[in-house]
Amino acid sequence: MTLIRFRSDAAHEEPGVTLDGFLGQSNATAVRIESGEDVRLLLPYLDRLQLIEIAFPTFRDGRGYSSARILREAGYTGELRAQGDVLIDQVVFLRRCGFDALSSEKPLDEAAVEQALARFPYFYQKAAEPRAPVWKLRHG
Amino acid sequence: MYKYDEYDRALVDARVEEFRDQVQRRLSGALTEDQFKPLRLMNGLYLQLHAYMLRVAIPYGTLDSRQTRMLAHIARKYDRGYGHFTTRQNLQYNWIKLDDTPDILAELATVEMHAIQTSGNCIRNISSDQYAGAAADEVADPRPYAELLRQWSTFHPEFSLLPRKFKIAVIAADEDRAAMKLHDIGLKLVRRDGALGFEVYVGGGQGRTPMVAPLIRKFLPADELVSYLEACLRVYNRYGRRDNIYKARIKILIHEIGADQYRAEVEEEYLHVKALGIDPPAAELERIQAMFAPPPLVRDDSVTIDRSNPAFALWLDHQVVKHKVPGHAIVTISLKPIGGIPGDASADQIDVIADLAERFSHDELRITHAQNVVLPHVHMGDLAEVWAALTAAGLATPNLDLISDIIACPGLDYCSLANARSIPLAQKLSERFADMDRQRDLGEVKLKISGCINACGHHHAGHIGILGVDRKGEENYQLSFGGSGAEDASVGRIIGPGFSEDGVVDAVETALETYRSLRTEGERFLDTYRRIGAEPFKAAIYA
Ligand code: SF4
Repeated sequence: MTLIRFRSDAAHEEPGVTLDGFLGQSNATAVRIESGEDVRLLLPYLDRLQLIEIAFPTFRDGRGYSSARILREAGYTGELRAQGDVLIDQVVFLRRCGFDALSSEKPLDEAAVEQALARFPYFYQKAAEPRAPVWKLRHG
Repeated sequence: MYKYDEYDRALVDARVEEFRDQVQRRLSGALTEDQFKPLRLMNGLYLQLHAYMLRVAIPYGTLDSRQTRMLAHIARKYDRGYGHFTTRQNLQYNWIKLDDTPDILAELATVEMHAIQTSGNCIRNISSDQYAGAAADEVADPRPYAELLRQWSTFHPEFSLLPRKFKIAVIAADEDRAAMKLHDIGLKLVRRDGALGFEVYVGGGQGRTPMVAPLIRKFLPADELVSYLEACLRVYNRYGRRDNIYKARIKILIHEIGADQYRAEVEEEYLHVKALGIDPPAAELERIQAMFAPPPLVRDDSVTIDRSNPAFALWLDHQVVKHKVPGHAIVTISLKPIGGIPGDASADQIDVIADLAERFSHDELRITHAQNVVLPHVHMGDLAEVWAALTAAGLATPNLDLISDIIACPGLDYCSLANARSIPLAQKLSERFADMDRQRDLGEVKLKISGCINACGHHHAGHIGILGVDRKGEENYQLSFGGSGAEDASVGRIIGPGFSEDGVVDAVETALETYRSLRTEGERFLDTYRRIGAEPFKAAIYA
């Protein structure tokens, strides 16, 4: 198990509660979303959440990417952690969708992650990150 | 033609280097085949029955002569001297070595080409009308929008691991030459009250469960295209099933929740997405449109063509259609010689096509989903010379949309998923109907063959469709009638028990003879079938 964070605050210690548990009046500040659960149910509570962990049961299951963007577009600023089958070849997508922590079941080499993130100099789309898309670079 | 700038180039180059690195890790054993598979699939590299197959993207089917010569060069240097044009307006090489692939991709990148997203569960190469920019009936050239979508969909962070592959087509004319409604998303550019916008069809497809896409949005302002598609894809990505690959396409989702429910969900998401500012500015579309400016064709009403050579006249009648600028023509080059492999071209033939595009078609050519090639902008005074050159190269078969203009997937000769062979069957059928007078008498018949239920050969959309199935270990062929990939899109219906390879050739012949005896003036096979139904055909075939 590897945890790589792209945040300067301290990692949240307690494990996330389930979505059902959270919605059932929990005061928890961390929640774990299984793939297939509707992250929009969290939108009223984003202010008090510090960690949202999104499960990737297999790297092929890409639902978590949309979940992440929905949360970031709604203004969530806490930690967004991709957990599970998180592979080097997906880290660019994950980061661009707004994940700022990667928790991988298999060892993930930090240097290789850095290298992967530096591989592509530009991006065509506007996404959940500060970098400007190519069309913005072209036209200002 | 779209030309890369520094940004496009940097991205494709970075991709080549990334893949080189991945291939090296595979060759050194650092990556297992299991780990490598999704990576190679992101780069269009499949493992087939006998070798690797590399699928090269031809965005919206448009190429210039330099790119075309590169395709010929790669066929010679890294393959066995052939390229195979596919129903996705792409090109496949069937005999590729893994360790050559980084070099092939690097060579392709020098002419602004790549194999990005030609496989995998992502948004695939955007397809379009092969007559775009030349057709008299189009509202505007659809390709600038297709290019906008190419950029939007390339390495899209949210939509690179979708439930299944995702195909988009863009057209701009009433006549649908791109099977638009059989795509996951089909876009038709229309003008309403002077403004350009799209009719948006979502949830079409072929494969195991063929469906014609329902209309989801009647009019989408053209400058909101990216936002709206982002909403369409997001709804799909959230709901699309992951538990069963046969139920993972968007057509199944829309079938299950209904077009109205899907539309409502998309509209809700769209309200939100529209406010995010993800649509490129008008200046970006204008930048792209400038590169697709029509070639400087001068209207010419004075051209007369000498039709005294009957072979030339025949070719003119079948392969040449009207261009939007009088005095010019759109030429389709048939890759369906009698007895040949549909869509195959030798490296030498590809070079001939490149030369003709350069000399006679303003350096442009197109690949069609029917596996032919188009020279879109030919002066009518040059047609005789073009025909002579094509004839010398074995490329002048005058059979566009006739019975021998067969679409066939690679089938069991190459494909590891196949149940049956497609190519030898296509060859037998085209030989059976080789007689040109007979073909002309039979008129337009779209015959399409797939070697398995995945339907790469578009058999559901064939006026006559043939599907290869496995029956107790024997190759068997099911016959269906009544499909269409055109503006009157429909899915063909199986007529009855299957046939052996020779049996299906006979059955097709019987069906066409039945049509001949029952047709009314001007009716195509499809029209007669739609009018009288399957019974008379069945009675004759299973007599
Ligand atoms: S239809 Fe089947 S046999 Fe033919 S190419 Fe597709 S997967 Fe292969």
